[in-house]
Formats: sequence, C-alpha cells, structure tokens
Amino acid sequence: MSGQSTYEPKTGFTKWLDARMPIVRLAHDSFVDFPTPKNLNYWYTFGGILAVCLVIQIVTGVVLAMHYVASTDAAFASVERIMRDVEYGWLIRYIHSNGASMFFLAVYLHMFRGLYYGSYKEPRELLWILGMVIYFLMMATAFMGYVLPWGQMSYHGASVITNLLGAIPLVGEGIKTYLQGGPAIGDATLNRFFSLHYLLPFVIAGVVILHIWALHVTGNNNPTGVSVKNVKADTVPFTPYYTVKDGFAIILFLIMFAVFVFYFPNVLGHADNYIEANPLQTPTHIVPEWYLLPFYAILRAVTFDIGPIEAKLLGVIAMFGSILVLFALPWLDTSKVRSMRYRPLAQQCFLGFVIACVVLGFAGANNPDDLVFKFGADKLAMSYTDANGGAAVRTFTEFAEANSFLATLPSSAAGALEVSASGFKWLWVAQIAGAYYFAFFFILLPLLGVIEKPKARPASIADSVHGKKKTTAAAVAATSPGPQTTGSLKPAE
Amino acid sequence: MLYMSGARSLAPWENPVSEHASAGHADDTAQGHGAPEGETRRDFIHIAAVAVTAGGAAAVAWPFIQQLGPAADTRAASSKDVDITKVPLGGEIRVLIGGMPFFIRHRTEEEIQAAQNVDVSRLRDPQTDDDRLVPKLDGTLNRAILVTSGSCTHLGCVPLGPSQGSVGEFGGWYCPCHGSYYDTSGRIRKGPAPLNLPVPEYEYLSDTVIKISL
Amino acid sequence: MRLVSALTACVAAASFIAIAQPASAEGKVLHPHGPHEGWEFEGPFGTFDQNALQRGYKVYREVCASCHGMKLLSFRNLGQKGAPFFDEAYPDENSNPKVKQIASEYMVAAFDEETGDPIQVAATTVTAFPSPYANEAAARGSNGGALPPDLSVITKARHGGASYIYSLLTGYVSPPAGLTVSPGLYYNPFFPGDTKPQWAGDPREAPAGGFLAMAPPLREGLVVFDDGTASTVEQMSADVATFLAWAGEPKAETRRMMGFSVIGYLLIMAGLTYASYRRIWRNIQH
Repeated sequence: MSGQSTYEPKTGFTKWLDARMPIVRLAHDSFVDFPTPKNLNYWYTFGGILAVCLVIQIVTGVVLAMHYVASTDAAFASVERIMRDVEYGWLIRYIHSNGASMFFLAVYLHMFRGLYYGSYKEPRELLWILGMVIYFLMMATAFMGYVLPWGQMSYHGASVITNLLGAIPLVGEGIKTYLQGGPAIGDATLNRFFSLHYLLPFVIAGVVILHIWALHVTGNNNPTGVSVKNVKADTVPFTPYYTVKDGFAIILFLIMFAVFVFYFPNVLGHADNYIEANPLQTPTHIVPEWYLLPFYAILRAVTFDIGPIEAKLLGVIAMFGSILVLFALPWLDTSKVRSMRYRPLAQQCFLGFVIACVVLGFAGANNPDDLVFKFGADKLAMSYTDANGGAAVRTFTEFAEANSFLATLPSSAAGALEVSASGFKWLWVAQIAGAYYFAFFFILLPLLGVIEKPKARPASIADSVHGKKKTTAAAVAATSPGPQTTGSLKPAE
Repeated sequence: MLYMSGARSLAPWENPVSEHASAGHADDTAQGHGAPEGETRRDFIHIAAVAVTAGGAAAVAWPFIQQLGPAADTRAASSKDVDITKVPLGGEIRVLIGGMPFFIRHRTEEEIQAAQNVDVSRLRDPQTDDDRLVPKLDGTLNRAILVTSGSCTHLGCVPLGPSQGSVGEFGGWYCPCHGSYYDTSGRIRKGPAPLNLPVPEYEYLSDTVIKISL
Repeated sequence: MRLVSALTACVAAASFIAIAQPASAEGKVLHPHGPHEGWEFEGPFGTFDQNALQRGYKVYREVCASCHGMKLLSFRNLGQKGAPFFDEAYPDENSNPKVKQIASEYMVAAFDEETGDPIQVAATTVTAFPSPYANEAAARGSNGGALPPDLSVITKARHGGASYIYSLLTGYVSPPAGLTVSPGLYYNPFFPGDTKPQWAGDPREAPAGGFLAMAPPLREGLVVFDDGTASTVEQMSADVATFLAWAGEPKAETRRMMGFSVIGYLLIMAGLTYASYRRIWRNIQH
C-alpha cells in the first residue's frame, strides 16, 4: 500500500503468483510487515475485535438463513424450530443475536477511542468517515435483523421506525410506503428486510476493506497522537507484535461474549419478542435494542416546535443529526493537538460526553414521563368542568379532602381523581444529556481548540515510551517542558 | 507517504537481544541457562498458543457442519403408516416420506406369477421375488403387496407405473427419463439403471397396515 | 494497568446494557418470586429434576391444556434428552413407548385419503401439541373475549420467567375491600395491570397487580401425582412452572453444560496467548 513492499516471494509458485496477482504481497504488506506504532494500548485492539465480530455475524447469519422462513405466518415458528430442532441451532442463533450486541459494544468502544485520541484528525478524516459509514450500515442491518424473528417488539419497532421516516416533509410518506411495501408492516416488509439484512453485511465488509486501506495509507494513530517519525524507533511490524496482542484481546472479548451466549442469552433482548407479532396490540413499553437507545432518547427528547417545524419532524432531524454530526467531526474539532491525553479541558468534556451517551441510553430505556426521582409525596389531582364549562384542576394532599370536594361538585362536572407526582422526569434528563451531546460537537470542540492550552507532548513515540521507565520524571515532564518536549503548542504532525 | 518501510533490519522477537534490551528485563538476564534453552521454551509457548487456538477454531467448525444435517423434526418425520387395503388390485399408491417417493403395489395373480417365474440368474441385479418381500407378523409372505422405492436407480427420476397407465414391456414400471424398464417385482430388466428399485425398511404392524421407514 | 482499565470498561459497558432494560410503565405490580427453596434449574449448573418435569407435565395436561396450547412443541419433545419422559433405553425419542402412549391419547384432525372427508386420528410422536381451540375466535369466544396465551415459550415471554408463573398461580387472593372486580375477571397482585380505575379509595394506595380472565386454576389435591407427592397449590405451581421453563427452552441444560467447557477452553487459550504475548514483547518498550 504505502512505501516499498518488503515482500520477497521465495518459492516458484509464489513468484509466479506475485507476477500475476500480488495478493500474498498485499496481505504481507497489510498484516505482516505493516509498521505499527509500538505504543498502542488495549483500546486499539477493538479494530481486530470488530473484524472478528463481522465474520461471526456473517457466518452465523448465513447459516441461520438456511433455516429461517421469511413469512409472517412462519417466521416466528421457524426461529423457534432453529432453537429446538436444528442441530446446534440454539447455539448459532444465540451467537447471532448476542453477537449484534457485542458488535455494537465493540464499535462504541472503538469510536470512543478514536474520539479520545483524535484519530479522526488530518490526515485520517476519510478513515473516520468510512468508519461512520460502517456504523450507519450496522444500525440499518441491526434494525432490519431485529424485525426477522417477528415478535411483538420486531413488529411494533419496525412500525415505529418506518412511521418515523414518514415525518420527513414531502418525501416521507413515499419513503415509508416504499419501505413497507404496503399500508403497514407485513409480508412484503419482512421479505425485503430479510433480503437487505442479508445484503448489507457484505456491503459493510466492502467498506471495511476501504477502511483498512485508508488506515494503511495514513498509518495508525497512537495514544500520543504524535506521528511516526522514525520507523525503526517508533514502530514494530504488525506481525507478530500486534497479531498476538489483538489475538489476546479477542480471546478476552470472546470470553465475555460466551458468558452472554451460554448463561444470559436473553438478557439483552426483550421478553415481548418471545410473543408472536400481533398487529392489533402494541406492547405497553416499546423500546429499541440497547445500542439504539441514546438515539431513541434524542428522538423523544424533542417535544417542542421551533418556528414552523413541528416537534415530530424536529425529533427526527435531531436523531439523524446526532448521527450525521459524527461525519463532520474532523472539521468541528479545531484543536491542533490530536490526543486528548495532552488536552486537559477536552478530557473533561470527553468524559462528560461519554456520561451523556450512557445517560441518554438510560433515558431511552425509560418512559419520558416517568420520574427519575420525586419531589415530596404524591398528591391527588382532581380534574373537573367548572361552572363556566372550562376545564379545571385542583390538587389535594388528603384523600378525604378530595372526596368532600367531589361531593360539592354537580354530577355534570365529571370530577376525576388522579395521582399527581411531581419530580424529575426522564424527559428532562434526555433533554439535558441531548443538549450536551450536541454542544460537545458544535460548541465545545470548536471552542476548545482556540482557548485550551495543551500540555507538553513527547517529541516522538520512542520518547514517550522511554519516558515510562522513570514515572516520576515523566509526570514532571508532562507538566513542565522537559528536554524531550518541544514547547507547549505545536501543530499536529 | 508517512512510512519508509523496509528500514527494519532486525526483528527483536527474532533475537533474544534487541536494541532495546538494555532496559534490563529481569526474566531475560536472570535465566542463566543460555540462549538455546530460552529459545526452546519461547517456541513452545508460541506453538502451544497457536495449536490451542487452531484446535478451538476446528472445534467451532463442528456445530456449523452439524447444522447442515437433518433437523430433529425432519428426522422424526421419517416413517409413515400406510393402510394397504386402500391399494386397488392391479394398481398402486404412491406415498412421500420425508420427500422420498415410495410405491405400494397390489399385484394381480398374473403379475405375481410373472415375478416369480423369472430366471434370477439372468438378471442384472439377481434377486428372487420373495427376497423382495417382508413377512407379515405371522411370518408368512403377502405376495400381493409389493413395496419399493419410487426413485429410478439410474438418476433418481420417478418411473411411470399403473397409476399413469404405463407399465412398460415388463409389466412393472417404466422410467421415461432414460428408458429403464422394471418388472412386476421392481427389478431392472432393460435400460441404463444398474439396480432393482430398492425395497425400503418396512414392517407389518397388522395384516392391513405397514409402517415404512426411511 | 491499561489492560485492567480496558477490561473494566468492557464489563461496565456490558453490565450497563444488561440493566438498561425498561421498567414497566404500568401500575404497581408485585415482583415475581420462585418457591422458597429456589429453582433447581437456574444458575450455571442448573438441571431439571425429571420427577418435577413429569409432575409439571401432568398439571399442564390435566389443567392448563384445556385452554392453553403449546404449539411449538411436539410429543416427541417429551422424550428427548433432558425431557420429562427421556429414557436412556430409547435414545430415539420417537420410539419411546411412554411418549407414544401420551401422543396416542390425543386425537387430531386429518382427512380420509380416499374420500377427503375430515376424520380424527390418534396423534403420533411427530404431531405438535394440538391447540384446545380450532382458531383464535373460538378461543376468545370460550373465554369471555380473552385469548389464553400459547405456553410454548411463556417463561421467556414474561418478565420473571418461571417465577412469574409460580407467583401468578399461587398469588390469587380475594380482592381487598374497595376494589371492584368486573364479572369474569379475577384479581391477582402479580398480574401486570392497573387497579386504579376499579379502586374506590385513595388512588395512591391502589392495590398492586391487575385483573385477568383466568380463574384460579389450581386447588389443593386437583392433580393426583403418580409419585405420591402431595399436590398442594404451591407444589403444582412450582412443578408446572418447571415444566414450562423446560418447554420454553429444551436445550437450556445442554447450553449451560457446553458453556462451561467453551469458557474453560477460552481461558486456557487466553493464558497461553498472554504468555506468548509477553514473550514476544519482552524486549520492546511500549
């Protein structure tokens, strides 16, 4: 890819092949001799973990497709047949359904890592954007896959999401109809979702190849954010150093994966999805899978109109905006310093961002009107029609008072008593965390680059690892410019 | 291009002493056994790690291969009870078991005679008619009822028979695909098929009901 | 250590997704609980007690099955490994005489192959458990408009699983004074619902639970167990909940057993890979 290849074919066959299609050379330069910064920590192993996740999902998915029946009459039963009658079907299906969660868990940690170490910054903008394309495709794939078992959550989740797109002005209704293939979710929808759910992972695999290609042109970022200056001093060849490190991390990840598959296979799903889809009855509490909850929270956090834009559309805009803003990240962050290791303020803001995302997840899981905590005891609210025919509400603390008041009302007033609790709503939590989410990208990152005074950075990767020997000296060097650092502010390399 | 690759002349993992070994790793310097033994142990760890990983990967293949086999419900549906009183004299009924066709034929006296009077030694796949029958519960043979597979032993077509009004020149079945002729015992007499129509595993549950299994 | 922090983050994230599950948005409901001694089949080494499964099947057969189907199961499932009537002498469940006998007690719809007339024939091991009603309308019609849910995966389709079944069956109480129960409905504090509209008193003190169309199905001594176990309501409830937990996922025992060896193998792999990693990197400062 970059630079000269060090591959030397040795046997007659590899020489013959190399002259015609240098595929071994490609693999050698990409995964064997590829110079990789020697200071990558375990957060950098999630790329390899994600590759494993994609392979697992494709292999198990292809197998499941051999047994699955995409029909509203048979889908639910066919999934249960996989669980009960197909040899090892239960294993393969649980790997696939939990694998989706593991895939997202890894991709989020991978993204947070990229965010923290500035892996999206020049010259890696395209690398980041390709990653976002993969992430977007993953969400589409996961959503369509969740419809396939044809449980209650499958059906009504698909209904909510497709109706959501209906909120888009002018084209929304059309998109919705073409997505559903009818007036509602049905056989047509299920079949096209199955088809696309099978297709998209291969598209993802294609974009992953581009992602790796882009990575190998620019080379890895590293925790210092300092570019490689001297290949010999700063890097090690990918194999064996990072194959073994990634391999170890992958095995640890698989252990966690296995704990879910074998001991908690349904804990990440919803009980309602073991009830066959019933278009006549929506589950009382409808939520998407955990990995989409933060976006669902942002969608529901918008309960107000802005000018002519109604809340429903605004919610959709905010939800898509929260994903699309990630594409613009390389240009929103104005800092010249890549790694937040040397950006004390950005570190704090990043921590806040991670917390905001987690909090949004909880907010998405809860009913927006439910209370996080209550202010005081519950009260009683009596709503009735007053003498002028208008609607009125009176609040009581004692049930006896409310009752005696009700007795004074004429029957035409139709007094109705309800429990009224005041407290902090999940809606407000979602609004605050959602506001921080957007502020992080649109206010904090652009501003910090201008006002923040970064800490001193090592001159090279080799220096940064050498400094480790003397921990006290390194701590001093980090706060005051030492012999190995060159001033407090310098442009990104 | 950021990298000038090929600058690496020495891989530290290939050599126990690298350019950074001066950092003083106690486990290396304190060994005191000399390099060759350290080499052996190091190699063993790598070989063991790779071997165990490869073994795990091979084990993972097992469920993915096994799932290709018939599922429990498919295996369970591999037999069928047939009431032989429903087969018309001189005719046959055809049943599917697990997707496989089977013929149950109620032979006339002439057809039985024709099947019995064949010189077995001249057949391509020598079998007497009685060899191709299963005794009833009392141990006697019900020669009127013949049960065979419905797949031509040539390439698996389903031969024509009395139910299509075409029994071929030997009175049994005729496969239209490549012209194989079977006699009234289901034995191959002419054409490309190498073997007689196989007799499936079946048993008499009573005088009137047989159970055919795959 | 960076490894520790990365691992901690993994575990923290995993536990977050595990607890970020929705709470019920409905009225109060009592939290389901299992029998006093807990469930034998839960936990990493949990196994089903075959006697309990057989008793549970009898409760299902004699009580539940008159309204509730179990369409995802076939009779042969009763004889497979780990099932109520598994017998080592019959590794093929379809030849298990007990299973054959159970199946033959059921008549299922078929048609005469000669005339095409609808007939009733005895079920075989391959037959799925027949539904007690011909169709959904018939089921609703016979139950005052309520549809008795299919019980095939009921323990996976309800929060609380087997404990929910147990709590519901043992939890019927006479409605507290002030709670009006509509005709044809029954109050149960473990059934998710909302009692406020039917509650005469302070709505803040409305009783937990809701109303369901199923009358208390069990009473002491209703099912006579073959093994002589006293058939208290608690015993029958625990046994039928055990049976339904098995029916919801017959492969659960196999799954837990396999998990033990898979995770053990992965731990060995992790140890060896870590040793290899340390060796490879030992001369590199990083």
